[in-house]
Amino acid sequence: MTAACSACAVAPAAMEIADITTSVQLSVPSIRCAACIGAIEDHFRHLQGVREARVNATKKRVYIKSDLPEDKLVSALGDIGYKAYPLDQAALSTDEDPVGRDLILRMGVSGFAMMNVMLLSVAVWSGATDATRDLFHLISAVIALPAVLFAARPFFVHAMEALRVGRLNMDVPISLAIILAAGMSLYESLNSGAHAYFDAALSLTFFLLIGRYQGHRTKSAAHSAAAELAALEVHRADRKVGRRFESIPVSELNIGDTVLVSSGVRVPADGELLAGEALTDRSFLTGESDPVNHARQDTLCAGEINLGAPFEMKVQAVGSDTRLRRIAELVEMAENTRNSYTSLADKAARVYAPVVHVLAVISFLGWFIATGDFRHSLNIAIAVLIITCPCALGLAVPAVSTAAISRLYHMGFLVKSGTALERLANVSSVALDKTGTLTAPGFTFEVDGISAAHSAIAKGLAQHSSHPVSNALARHLSDVEPADICDVREVSGCGVKGTWHGQSIALGRGAWLGTPGSELTLKITDETIILPFAETLLPGAKEMAAGLKDRGLQLEIISGDTATKTAKLAEKLGIKNWYACKSPEEKAQLVREHTAANGTCMIGDGINDTAALASANVSIAPGNALDATRNAADIVMIGDALKDVPAVVSVARLSVRLSKENFGIAILYNIIAVPVAMAGFATPLLAALAMSTSSITVLLNAMRVRL
Amino acid sequence: MNVLVILIPVSLTLGLIGLIGFLWTIRAQQYDDPVGQASRILLDNEPEDRLP
Repeated sequence: MTAACSACAVAPAAMEIADITTSVQLSVPSIRCAACIGAIEDHFRHLQGVREARVNATKKRVYIKSDLPEDKLVSALGDIGYKAYPLDQAALSTDEDPVGRDLILRMGVSGFAMMNVMLLSVAVWSGATDATRDLFHLISAVIALPAVLFAARPFFVHAMEALRVGRLNMDVPISLAIILAAGMSLYESLNSGAHAYFDAALSLTFFLLIGRYQGHRTKSAAHSAAAELAALEVHRADRKVGRRFESIPVSELNIGDTVLVSSGVRVPADGELLAGEALTDRSFLTGESDPVNHARQDTLCAGEINLGAPFEMKVQAVGSDTRLRRIAELVEMAENTRNSYTSLADKAARVYAPVVHVLAVISFLGWFIATGDFRHSLNIAIAVLIITCPCALGLAVPAVSTAAISRLYHMGFLVKSGTALERLANVSSVALDKTGTLTAPGFTFEVDGISAAHSAIAKGLAQHSSHPVSNALARHLSDVEPADICDVREVSGCGVKGTWHGQSIALGRGAWLGTPGSELTLKITDETIILPFAETLLPGAKEMAAGLKDRGLQLEIISGDTATKTAKLAEKLGIKNWYACKSPEEKAQLVREHTAANGTCMIGDGINDTAALASANVSIAPGNALDATRNAADIVMIGDALKDVPAVVSVARLSVRLSKENFGIAILYNIIAVPVAMAGFATPLLAALAMSTSSITVLLNAMRVRL
Repeated sequence: MNVLVILIPVSLTLGLIGLIGFLWTIRAQQYDDPVGQASRILLDNEPEDRLP
């Protein structure tokens, strides 16, 4: 909004004087090429009131400094054929990426220092001796020491954090190798020693920073895409002021305000219904797919969707007092108590670090006992530490998960947690929510058997009701000419009745019309006809179920909806295990039991699934789920990616396999290199060669995840 | 070996120039929009008469 302060709204004249340029971000998904960038920037350059517009083609956004309101800018882009969506600035927080920039800076510094030191080292390796060698070593020291201290700081910090809580992670051996290599080389240079490992210390830092930066980049891309999803939901409400309605952000609502909830819009806050009746979808709270009827003074919860006519309501709770927010807080608690997962890399570090350190100590003691030369023994021990190369091991997992996450990103999946794929590869069952995850809102009728006259009557009656089931029926019978019906009357919560050629007819709930069951029923005088309808299956749901089964996963449906509906859907998808009528707590409990038993992946979209999502080993949520649900999930799918879920499982399994292969490569390399180093044959040249080859092999192997 | 007196400072200076250039690219935010930067070289500087 441009008119930021209330004073401006009161005195419009002041607007022209005051400089109220604000910056706006628009998401424009259709930006593809240079022509798009040119067209958009050109268009804004000629638009009155726009100070500056810049396209970011990577993020597919336009940053605009302008005096115009957002909707004007959106329609301006619409004029030249680009669909734009305003992004909520608050939800995006800061757009800068200080961590990424910091890493790239350190990477650059270590890279340049490494190249220069390598240049000097080549001279030493090719035979420089005496004073020349010492001079080269000392120059290397001057370049390497500050560079290492600066560039390797992230590793030192992480290693300290781990040590402080008494754990070992990969950064501990890495830091130790870097520090000892630099320290020993400095001592050797000052004392005219033959070997200095400055280049090793720097290349270790450089290679590992590349891995770290890549990892950060993929993760931050997923995070900013997730933040963009949140920012796309502009949370606004129509507040009644006098006789008019004004659109304000939900955060500015107060208790006692009257708000208008239009058709198809979410209820902005908890409150009391002022209109006579209302029909809402609260499936996200309960999982129940049937619309719920409300009478005057009923309580409505924030997040319900208005399916009927627009209604007014009085706000009774806002912000953190709403039921929605309270559930979100429950989820946070569930997340905090979630079992901490030990990643593959940490597991490897726990085995690797003690082994390496013990080997180094053994070499030192062995040589000291054999020769009695303290300095020589120490040199060999440090050479062992350097040559065991934490480099390949440090890259083994991040390189694979980076490649896998970016592949999934292109398939429409945002992986928010680095270890999500490892966890997904280990599950043996998948728990599915029903409403919203497998089925879309809306119904499909199976009424091909009924006569033309009956369809005409059904259509005539259905047209007179705004109930979603009636709407769906009318749509299903779109090519039927409706019958002429008089005296039509809608009975709230039951159905519609009327008269047709003197016969009394009705369409509605079975129980209301005297038949057992809750199916939609058409009644003509005394004859009743049941019109069976089913929920619409989401595209890709069948493929997903089949694909997951092919991969040996147990499927089950855990729904908050009725047993009949759940059973019907389970049968359609060929899923044997299903649970119906589960409350959010029961869902979470079930998932927790299965997780403890053999590992479960939960896929769900509703608020009632959030606790279950947080309790599962790994969780997936669709992109159109509510904020809180998406936050609880490890993986978010964008668009109709349901059919690709089995592919995600495959990628996850492949990436775990490749990570283990990478560990294998690193170990194989160590089996050869360690004895050489312990025997005292390690030279800086050998260390440099071995380090580069093993790192590059590991990186190349990781690329196979993209194949 | 006297040639080293010239060559070493030269090589270090060149390295330093590279590093300074790199720092400048970071400061100029050249890594924020790699896709956009790559496309922009295709744009003319005159903003008129281009695609819709």
